[in-house]
Amino acid sequence: MLGYAFRRLLSTIPVLWIALTACFFILRLAPGGPFDGERPLPPAVRANLEAHYHLDQPLIQQYLRYLGDVLRGDLGPSFINQDFSVSEQIAIGLPYTLIVGGLAFVLATIVGVVAGIVGALYRNRLGDHVLALLILLGLVLPNFLIAPILQLVFGLQLDWLPVGGWGGGAVTHLVLPVTVLALPHVAHISRLMRGAMIEVLSSDFVRTARAKGLDRATIIRRHALKPALTPVVSYLGPAAGFLLTGSLVVETIFGLPGVGRYFINAALNRDYGMVLGTVVFYMVLILVLNLIVDLLYAWLDPRVRGR
Amino acid sequence: MSEATETRPAAVKGRSQFEDALARFRKNKASVCSVVVLLSLIAASLFVPAWLPWDHEEVDFTAFRAPPSIETGHYFGTDQNGRDLLARTLYGTRVSLAVAALATTVSVIVGVLFGAIAGYVGGRTDQVMMRFVDILYALPYILFVILLMVVFGRNVYLLFVAIGLLVWLTMARIVRGQTLSIRQREYIEAAHAAGLGRTAIIFRHVIPNLAGPVVIYAALTVPQIVATESFLSFLGFGVQEPLTSLGTLIAEGANVLEILPWLMWFPATALVLLLMSLLFIGDGLRDAFDPHERT
Repeated sequence: MLGYAFRRLLSTIPVLWIALTACFFILRLAPGGPFDGERPLPPAVRANLEAHYHLDQPLIQQYLRYLGDVLRGDLGPSFINQDFSVSEQIAIGLPYTLIVGGLAFVLATIVGVVAGIVGALYRNRLGDHVLALLILLGLVLPNFLIAPILQLVFGLQLDWLPVGGWGGGAVTHLVLPVTVLALPHVAHISRLMRGAMIEVLSSDFVRTARAKGLDRATIIRRHALKPALTPVVSYLGPAAGFLLTGSLVVETIFGLPGVGRYFINAALNRDYGMVLGTVVFYMVLILVLNLIVDLLYAWLDPRVRGR
Repeated sequence: MSEATETRPAAVKGRSQFEDALARFRKNKASVCSVVVLLSLIAASLFVPAWLPWDHEEVDFTAFRAPPSIETGHYFGTDQNGRDLLARTLYGTRVSLAVAALATTVSVIVGVLFGAIAGYVGGRTDQVMMRFVDILYALPYILFVILLMVVFGRNVYLLFVAIGLLVWLTMARIVRGQTLSIRQREYIEAAHAAGLGRTAIIFRHVIPNLAGPVVIYAALTVPQIVATESFLSFLGFGVQEPLTSLGTLIAEGANVLEILPWLMWFPATALVLLLMSLLFIGDGLRDAFDPHERT
């Protein structure tokens, strides 16, 4: 198991390096620089700025410097928010993103798994059809559509929940963003879970368990749950990535001060340093989460480890 | 879902696989309805604007923020600038569809070539190429799209080529899998024996035989790209004025949902109809042509 973990870890490093290199050169070779404003800067100011950010050095030297900085955990300077480095801005936003994303992840997994099991047990009955409809809605309705509708209904018309903002992390402020972020994943997970559960429930070992006289709850808990979870677990890796993408929208709509919102603002303002740094950070985060999921998968399904 | 194995009275003439699949597709009510909905949406977006008295950019100085009404001729109402929302919704639908078509074409070309080469050449090349796909799979491609947007400015067409260049991964996986099985067939062996080179075999014998799965997964890619486009446009990275798309319209409408609700409801309905019909058509095609791939 440890060897497997180590091999997976090693194989992510070249990926990260290639992705980082590609992003770096795409951004540097782009026409126009971060200091091309509406009015051209005086040459002296410009030269000073470029010297400050080492933009006057040969490209390859800039690249090596950046690579070195990243290895030391410094994601470089922000060109627009000059008072904060990229790492500092990410550190400020990260707790908010992790809290909302983590809660949505847990919520989506629990609700999705339970809904999937219910759908499988009540297959083709009313509960299952209602679930199928909800899954369809969750898959088709984009989060940027659900969010304003929920804001309107629960925030403005019913006046139950605040429309946006962090509010010191109060539960009421978290309900809407977490729900919106979790919904599409609830749909995905329950669909996967339902399919896998139906398949497992019709397998021989479940029939044997039933023949032994076990009741349904015990069969599901002791025998069916673990094998049925494997497709769900293999979805959790990509789900982390989708949650991250979703957090861009959710943080923007609900005005949460997370990394996603900084990233969107940086991209809209063409803050090269911040965009590059955030993308690198996101890649590391996603690859680490995927690694964890891979290990979880290997634990659930021992056949994977040998590969 | 046992249509596939249904027995029919002894047919007079044999039926091709394609006819069989078409018959299965026709029995899928959701898919057939979706085809009708999709075709109506496309036809409306193409032909109705010519009949409307308003252009999507034209300002009606007598009607700012007008609610939907039949008397004023603004059936979907107007926005804060007095522009007719029906014209804008139809125009936005057209842009969204055009963009999806463009990006899908790009993704099909890249995915098919990549998958066919990996699958046919095999061995170490295949391993490296597919590992590359696995890894890109793990990274959220929206990040790269946004990165490219920052680099290239808001050039819409370039953007969608970029999306196309990033969403070919599933296609490459499917194509590779198919290629692996095609590679074992006798006709490939025959072509090989006839002295055909690798490139010629891939282009003349492997790729034409991939048509079925490629069409199915291209159909499943379209809604994904429509959703991505509206997602990016919503955030301000996609289609911008004077062009407009459903995502841009929804973003504008969402800001004033409480006071001018129609500005979001109509484009949102169009988007949901579009996404749903595309999704059902893709699913229906997959079920009809590829019964084993059901999930």
